[in-house]
Amino acid sequence: MKDETIKKVLLLGSGALKIGEAGEFDYSGSQALKALREEGVETVLINPNIATVQTSEGVADRIYFLPVKPYFVERVIRKERPDGVLLSFGGQTALNCGVELERTGVFAKYGVKVLGTPVSAIMNTEDRELFVEQLNEIDVKTIKSEACETMDEARKAAAALGYPVIVRAAYALGGLGSGFADNEEELDKICEKAFSFSPQVLVEKSLKGWKEIEYEVVRDHYDNCITVCNMENFDPLGIHTGESIVVAPSQTLTNSEYHKLRALAIKIVRHIGIVGECNVQYAFDPKSEDYRVIEVNARLSRSSALASKATGYPLAFVAAKLGMGYGLFELKNSVTKTTSAFFEPALDYVVCKIPRWDLSKFRGVDKELGSSMKSVGEVMAIGRNFEEAIQKGLRMIGQGMHGFVENKELEIEDLDAALSEPTDKRVFVISKALHKNYTIDRIHEFTKIDKWFLQKLKHIIDIDEELKKVNINTLDKDLLRTAKVYGFTDFQIARAIGLEKELGNMHKAGLLVRNKRKGYGILPVVKQIDTLAAEYPAQTNYLYVTYSGVKSDIVFENDKRSVIVLGSGAYRIGSSVEFDWCGVQALNTIRKEGWRSVMVNYNPETVSTDYDMCDRLYFDELTFERVMDIIEMECPHGVIVSTGGQIPNNLAMKLDAQNVPILGTKAQDIDGAEDRAKFSAMLTDSGINQPEWSALTSMEDIDKFVDRVGFPVLVRPSYVLSGAAMNVCSNEDELERFLQLAANVSEDHPVVVSKFIEHAKEIEMDAVAKNGEVLAYAISEHIEFAGVHSGDATIQFPPQKLYVETMRRIKRVSRQIAKNLHINGPFNIQFMARENDILVIECNLRASRSFPFVSKVLKINLIELATRVMLGLPIEKPSKNLFDLDYVGIKASQFSFNRLQKADPVLGVDMSSTGEVGCLGDDTNTALLKSMLSVGYRVPEKTVLLSTGGAKQKVDMLDAAKQLVVHGYKLYATGGTSKFLEENGIANTRVFWPSEEGMQPQALDLLHERKIDMVVNIPKNLTVHELTNGYKIRRAAIDLNIPLITNSRLAGAFINAFCTVSLEDIDIKAWDEY
Amino acid sequence: MMKNVTLVLSDGTRFRGKSFGYDAPVAGEVVFNTAMTGYPESLTDPSYAGQLVVLTYPLVGNYGVPPFTIEADGLPTFMESERIHASALIVSDYSEEYSHWNATESLACWLKREHVPGITGIDTRELTKVLREHGVMMGKILFDDEPDNIPEADYEGVNFVDRVSCKEVIRYNEGTGKKVVLVDCGVKANIIRCLVERGVEVVRVPWNYDYTDMKYDGLFLANGPGDPDMCSDAVEIIRKQMSQSTKPICGICMGNQLLAKASGAEIYKLKYGHRGHNQPVRFVGTKQCFITSQNHGYAVDANTLDFDWEEMFVNMNDGSNEGIRHTTNPWFSSQFHPEACSGPVDTEFIFDMFVTTLR
Repeated sequence: MKDETIKKVLLLGSGALKIGEAGEFDYSGSQALKALREEGVETVLINPNIATVQTSEGVADRIYFLPVKPYFVERVIRKERPDGVLLSFGGQTALNCGVELERTGVFAKYGVKVLGTPVSAIMNTEDRELFVEQLNEIDVKTIKSEACETMDEARKAAAALGYPVIVRAAYALGGLGSGFADNEEELDKICEKAFSFSPQVLVEKSLKGWKEIEYEVVRDHYDNCITVCNMENFDPLGIHTGESIVVAPSQTLTNSEYHKLRALAIKIVRHIGIVGECNVQYAFDPKSEDYRVIEVNARLSRSSALASKATGYPLAFVAAKLGMGYGLFELKNSVTKTTSAFFEPALDYVVCKIPRWDLSKFRGVDKELGSSMKSVGEVMAIGRNFEEAIQKGLRMIGQGMHGFVENKELEIEDLDAALSEPTDKRVFVISKALHKNYTIDRIHEFTKIDKWFLQKLKHIIDIDEELKKVNINTLDKDLLRTAKVYGFTDFQIARAIGLEKELGNMHKAGLLVRNKRKGYGILPVVKQIDTLAAEYPAQTNYLYVTYSGVKSDIVFENDKRSVIVLGSGAYRIGSSVEFDWCGVQALNTIRKEGWRSVMVNYNPETVSTDYDMCDRLYFDELTFERVMDIIEMECPHGVIVSTGGQIPNNLAMKLDAQNVPILGTKAQDIDGAEDRAKFSAMLTDSGINQPEWSALTSMEDIDKFVDRVGFPVLVRPSYVLSGAAMNVCSNEDELERFLQLAANVSEDHPVVVSKFIEHAKEIEMDAVAKNGEVLAYAISEHIEFAGVHSGDATIQFPPQKLYVETMRRIKRVSRQIAKNLHINGPFNIQFMARENDILVIECNLRASRSFPFVSKVLKINLIELATRVMLGLPIEKPSKNLFDLDYVGIKASQFSFNRLQKADPVLGVDMSSTGEVGCLGDDTNTALLKSMLSVGYRVPEKTVLLSTGGAKQKVDMLDAAKQLVVHGYKLYATGGTSKFLEENGIANTRVFWPSEEGMQPQALDLLHERKIDMVVNIPKNLTVHELTNGYKIRRAAIDLNIPLITNSRLAGAFINAFCTVSLEDIDIKAWDEY
Repeated sequence: MMKNVTLVLSDGTRFRGKSFGYDAPVAGEVVFNTAMTGYPESLTDPSYAGQLVVLTYPLVGNYGVPPFTIEADGLPTFMESERIHASALIVSDYSEEYSHWNATESLACWLKREHVPGITGIDTRELTKVLREHGVMMGKILFDDEPDNIPEADYEGVNFVDRVSCKEVIRYNEGTGKKVVLVDCGVKANIIRCLVERGVEVVRVPWNYDYTDMKYDGLFLANGPGDPDMCSDAVEIIRKQMSQSTKPICGICMGNQLLAKASGAEIYKLKYGHRGHNQPVRFVGTKQCFITSQNHGYAVDANTLDFDWEEMFVNMNDGSNEGIRHTTNPWFSSQFHPEACSGPVDTEFIFDMFVTTLR
């Protein structure tokens, strides 16, 4: 029964999205808050991630955009006095914070009850030694592991276990600081890093090649237990589960194996005493029923979010209810609404999760996959067979692939090596190997992937080979149907039968196959995910599309009341939770206004793919083909393409050509902004300034242009999300490197090169217009000068240091653009400004990354407004504007370089942040301090290492250096910087670069000896030489978990902030108190 | 090449598919099972006699078929009886290739060897919905290149128990401990294994064998196929036993129904039965709940239980009876399968409860 003494609950969020901790915790937190609301419990949320759905109005009663750190959480507890706290919905960040607060007695001091799994049980799963002890008590086998606290102990343990071994850092999220070692040299390297994250490392015998299986287990405090889902990794043990393709349910386990592991999972969860949700991971011998428990996560996890979406069982929602004291038998299955929540979902489909990597964005990064996570997002594909699911999934990851076959040929020198050393491309390497007639046995030898998966992949190759034998006239109905059932798109078929070559146009070729297919009457059907494999009637709106079926589960109304919102797909660098927020706001508005809200999206980490966020959820592809299938079945009133980032935006023209009603700005106007030539001509006609630019197709032309205008230049291919598209190149090397990258992204469009202005301010305009008239807007200002990717920049809103005249000009130009492009809905314009001259860099007729941030700071929901415009509803122009705000919002970026081994943590070239936070403060310093602390920076205790780049940057940093000295910091500086500081009368100690061998003290030594609390390292320029010189310092700072700043403007602002404001001075105010 | 086939239901609904098993037409009762694993166990479960089994989980055959080895005590190592009892298997996506260390042949080979048809390419979700709406139906698998000349099959009114029960007494674990008479209505091997593992001697007798004069410590009523009303002989013998002794009695599935009938309760046919691994039951009067493996088309009408009997378990989805017990005597039974195989093993404690009552 419900615990009636709990009336107010604090929930800890997970903060900024980072590798290993991403959108899944927005989903789980949102679900938990919903569950608590339903119980009439007052909720308080701490989460600085302002772009999340959980930090939106109406989800929690009180929201604090503060760091999820014990210090701040305690202050919130002191102020709010909650009765209970939930620790398991905010990933490892919340869990670690909770463990710390329990240890220090904070919960006891304020009488806060930890709901759900007790902290002691959490500690038993987190501390490896305790964990093994616990499992030994019930005769459950774990991986033999030695906890070591010194390097020497680690070496001894490894020698005793025998190489290869795996090293893990205790108390670290997602395998941070862990790795495999084949010998002592490798061991030393990994251990050093692991010790920097944790005082304890664990050395274990490696079980490479074993199967990796997971179970999601739920237990109530009456000891009732269920396993909601099991999952099998396509990649065997050795590759982190976050880096693995994962299928649910398991495919290669017999009944006896499945239930052996299931029974063990329940036994473990009972013994540990979980109340709520828990994940158990196994290594499983492929040649017997032998197993080892890898780990137990006593909290909601990425896997549990996936399991919820894979089964339709809302794990986080149920876990929150169990935390409130309910038994499973007291809750209903929220899909059927009639049957019990105490049951185990029966699937009648297979799901396939595929990670999304963005490794090409990082200079120098190690591309080999291993035991620590590097992927930045994931997709989930649903099919009635494995082939269909994996082909859908490979399209969904959005890296230009069309499925398992008929992709651009990969160039691989050594196929055998590429098979045995897994990278982000491995599945395509398998495709290539199969096409080259490698046998399944041979591929299995190299990859250790279970032959069943390889056989299924071979099946796709076989169908592809059949297709290659025919042409459009000889393609018969049976073969065409077979290809569709096994997940081929019309385009893949068109390419396989040579039609693309024949017509010279991939889109037309696909359309021709589409028509032929429809002529044969081969049409997809819509199936429900109902948790019970159709055993009981379910009114569920959770749907997927398949060709493996004869009849749809739902009946379409054909009443033109549906409004389809296209989602944003896989999280990636440049497009993540902020577009999920936009999609959810659009859905909410559509629903509220009495239309049928329909979402198409396939990212299991999102709230928009929670089936009760909309009236109908198609968990399916955002390809032109699939979107058209859905549109043809739904016959919607209209489609919204402007709230899901660039993926739906790119579909606008194609959909328009099929007479699909696009709501909001017309497709031709979207094209008018996306097509650089058209856009530029429009600006020129209106007398709006832009940097000098040229659309170029050859390297020669580019060189000529650059010779004329000089570096740096801004380079962008049309029609690609700014994340990958717009880049500043400061030298020849960079330009060439980027152009190679860009050419892979888009071949159909020329590259636009523009002159780039140094030391200019970068300014963003986010706005909503109706019939070309601006209704509401937000102007925000980057702290860094132009040149740092807008996705990596620190942004303040309202702007604090802009001339009134600059603002006026920006408004005027924006109004003009809105009018010229007849904008109806959201849009974003980026400007550069120097003095009062403003130049337009780019314009997107869709919501941008900063929409949630400015909406929440301004307290005007710009997406709701935009959606009302798009629905043609009457609008009242908001009376408030940014000049009314007497507080500041700062958005800071979260980087995940610590996960990306060897990557150079320098900003400017490509966007490289994986997430962001947004904090409010009464002044800039407070807001900046909150947001910097939220993304993992610490206020240094005593020492700072400075190497401040070129002359200009050195001057920029002078005041900050003075301030540090005044506040008692000891400064270390490298050669040039040391001299410059000296000349300006600032005391410092000179340290030496790694290249200055033999000189003492060496900067690296000081870092390793932890004598430096913060590193400011600003590269002079981005030449290879300069980068190698500072690279070692930057990388060491990251690997040793020492705060690093590489931009002088940001470093100056941060130093000023912590020298001016002390932690105690930081105000603890909820969002509604500003 | 796989032959084209059509599944025709008695209401006229047709599904087109391909034959991957034995190429012969067949008729029977069409039932669906929502389990995601365990086709070797299910196919050899005698309770499926006379039925065309639809698996709602679409991918089938992935791990092939384990060897048909027989242990020293005469029980198969991996199967639930000595042969396939289902009349046919209906799936969505048969996996022609398999992969497992313990497999010795493919599912297709096995079906062919045992002359059991198997069809694939069926929209099993749609088929399940048809069965759910209409209730279980009779159906036929017909080959497109052959005339429809197979006779209609019957299910109700057929004594399938008599077809699958052993014909003579078989003993396991002889002379080791307490002696249990196991009434074989179509017993699954794992029931015997579960008893033997607990150190009792098992005397397996035919379904209509009169054991009332034998010397033994407890009676176990096994599962079996078909309509319990066809087993009145067995019911009479149980009734006789209960009238002369309070020796422990335990039953599973059909055993639950026979015990209920012997106590005077009535049985009815469910619209489409419970077949799967995810059926939730609650231990009546407690907050304990269990996920169970089930396979039954009939249920005990709890309203007709005599005053000295009560419900022991109830299905949490539809409220149907999942087990009964006597208020004073050590007589109890479960409608679900505590022996699992296939399915979850959470309720094996039923065997412990039974064995501890043997004194």
